[in-house]
Amino acid sequence: MHATYLLLLAACVVGTLPLEFVLHTRVYAQWLRLIGTLVPVVLVFGAWDLLAIHQHTWGYNAKYLVGVTLPGRLPLEELLFFLVIPTCSILAFEAVRARQPEWFRE
Amino acid sequence: MNYTLLAAIGVALAIATDAAVLRTRLLRQRGFWVAYAIVLFFQLVTNGVLTGLPVVRYDADRILGLRIIYAPIEDLLFAFAMVTITLSVWVWLGARVRRPRRQR
Repeated sequence: MHATYLLLLAACVVGTLPLEFVLHTRVYAQWLRLIGTLVPVVLVFGAWDLLAIHQHTWGYNAKYLVGVTLPGRLPLEELLFFLVIPTCSILAFEAVRARQPEWFRE
Repeated sequence: MNYTLLAAIGVALAIATDAAVLRTRLLRQRGFWVAYAIVLFFQLVTNGVLTGLPVVRYDADRILGLRIIYAPIEDLLFAFAMVTITLSVWVWLGARVRRPRRQR
């Protein structure tokens, strides 16, 4: 199915979204801080992805992609991956911090 | 350069970012590791789908060949680096935003 990878990413977004409302993680609420975090992550790890694609370290199966390809032969889903997964990670981190703030002292 | 070496460098850079560059010191906090364990669990599921179908295919000559639920071990290192750097920048930015307000 061409939407497989895209749906997997959508499931990650939908699955972690309740954390924002139930545990008040305030990740999406601080959208400027979120963007400021995502920009360097996308640049660094996106560059790594482009290098790996260029060197044929890994490649993507067109069967599971919607077919939108960005410069450097980067599938759209990969760019979204670098936005979605870090955001989910921040939500998990802030969810733990919301429940157990004392676990975040050295 | 092969994926194994790059992934190891990625982990080293992530540790350096947290310990020395941004000095967020997340790796010393229990909460970070609990959050990372949660992320790791869901990574094994999603990465398993991506590498099991496979959506992503790897050059066998550029990885060790050690796999956990279809995912090359290098993917776990890549993700650790990405998650650690993400959270380090997130926490660092949070401290930067709050600090000036406190000084007033």
